[in-house]
Amino acid sequence: MTAIQPITTSPRLDVERVRQDFPILSRLVHGKRLVFLDSAASAQKPRAVMDIERDIYEAGYANVHRGVYWLSQHATEAFEAAREKVRQFLNARETREIVFVRGATEAINLVAQSYGRSFLSVGDEIIITHMEHHSNIVPWQLLREAKGVMLKVAPIDDSGELDLEGFARLIGPRTKLISVTHVANALGTVVPVEAVIRLAKERGIPVLIDGCQALPHQAIDVQALDCDFYVFSGHKLYGPTGIGVLYGKAQHLQAMPPWQGGGDMIRSVTFQKTEYNELPWKFEAGTPHIIGAIGLGAAIDYIQSIGYDAIGAHESDLLTYALRELSAIDSLRLIGQPRHRSGVISFALGGVHPHDIGTILDHDGICVRAGHHCAQPTMDRFGVSATVRASFAIYNGRDDVDALVAGLHKVHEVFRL
Amino acid sequence: MSELRDLYQEVILDHVKRPRNFGPLPAASHHAVGHNPLCGDMVTVFLTVAEDQIADAQFVGTGCAISVASASLMTEAIKGKTEAGVRAMFDQFHAGLTAKDEVTAVSALAELDKLAVFGGVREFPIRVKCATLPWHTLLAALDRVTEAVKTE
Repeated sequence: MTAIQPITTSPRLDVERVRQDFPILSRLVHGKRLVFLDSAASAQKPRAVMDIERDIYEAGYANVHRGVYWLSQHATEAFEAAREKVRQFLNARETREIVFVRGATEAINLVAQSYGRSFLSVGDEIIITHMEHHSNIVPWQLLREAKGVMLKVAPIDDSGELDLEGFARLIGPRTKLISVTHVANALGTVVPVEAVIRLAKERGIPVLIDGCQALPHQAIDVQALDCDFYVFSGHKLYGPTGIGVLYGKAQHLQAMPPWQGGGDMIRSVTFQKTEYNELPWKFEAGTPHIIGAIGLGAAIDYIQSIGYDAIGAHESDLLTYALRELSAIDSLRLIGQPRHRSGVISFALGGVHPHDIGTILDHDGICVRAGHHCAQPTMDRFGVSATVRASFAIYNGRDDVDALVAGLHKVHEVFRL
Repeated sequence: MSELRDLYQEVILDHVKRPRNFGPLPAASHHAVGHNPLCGDMVTVFLTVAEDQIADAQFVGTGCAISVASASLMTEAIKGKTEAGVRAMFDQFHAGLTAKDEVTAVSALAELDKLAVFGGVREFPIRVKCATLPWHTLLAALDRVTEAVKTE
């Protein structure tokens, strides 16, 4: 397997250099350069990730954990090495605190079902915010139907910031869990999770953080955060689809019952009694997404070869530029204007439906997301049914922003705005 | 740009800015709700049907330019038609937008007068459902379907 070479030793991200690592960026769409501004939905993959997937399938693949032959051992080592890589990446204390799942949605459902059904009961309260992705709303609603827990929603202000005082007021003696996004996917708001966790710790309330939109842009230290659960999806982190991570403090994961039964999550099985495996495999029933985990490890390597300092500086510059250029467009309205923003910009343009804007932009090879972004309550809060969302990643540059702006002027032209 | 001009023709833009027959129909004998979950288009179609003729048709809803213009032009086109006539119009409209053979599609649309402006939608397959949503909703109203129809 080829090691990932450092891209840059200086903290400046070289966009042209990065673009060379992403084969898809050299294709044309409708005869135009691909301007991919939808990484918040799913990020493109670097060759390093594709190479490792191919390498494994070509020379290193077998089922993991079960085989007595060398090839299986080799695959198991690669798989578990990926898990250790994730541990380091999040600075979790122990490798057994890293559970591989399909994605953040599955991770939250796991906690809702395993932790929620065991430790929450009727009348207990769960706090989420008004700007969550549906994956951090619906599992708790399902828990409400199953166990009679109550769901409380922390308000957001007109800028799209979390109303911290409003949130604090919701905490009460029956609050048993707090589950919040780190960065809101529809608005770009960076939630002050440190403050949220501090308030929760004062009352001994466990906190789950949805890090899907945070990890592509900033380093996370789960010990420093002292959150109880942290979830993310690999495919938003330049990794494969179908793989994600639930980080949970060992004390919680130990106490939680398994949520899916089957092979690998057991130590022994008889029809009278089955003994469950230890962490983390207790929560990993069946053959895992072997290639997904290893691919995720490669994606983490790739990000670390660029470095979060370079990534952060690059994206901050790009966001500032984009906000300035977009704000100068006639009848463009930003949806959400948080002081601390990461990754995405949502906007409306005149009275033109986002779907029409998306079609016109697509015609010029520009990919943006037009819709409710799986955040309908956020849309309702801002009085819209949908927005256009542009999101920025390591392979985006100012030329992509310029293309977007030109495309939006075309919308003006077509719709006679 | 010319494909975009084909999609967003003058007539369509006019019907987006000033939708015809927009508003509820209090004395409606039929109505149905249609929803495109992919993009959030929603349309409710109201009909007054008397002696097998569409006496009146109105719509309300929110959605993209294609769905709004389609609903507006549809309500204009179906007034005075029989139920059978309306169903035949839908078949032609649908063929005009989705038929693989260009010649079939163009001739199907050509017989539909103003509805032919949707010919440009063929170049944008993702948007076909936006154009057909009002028609699916119309059929649901005629069939007295009570659940909201979806395009998925």
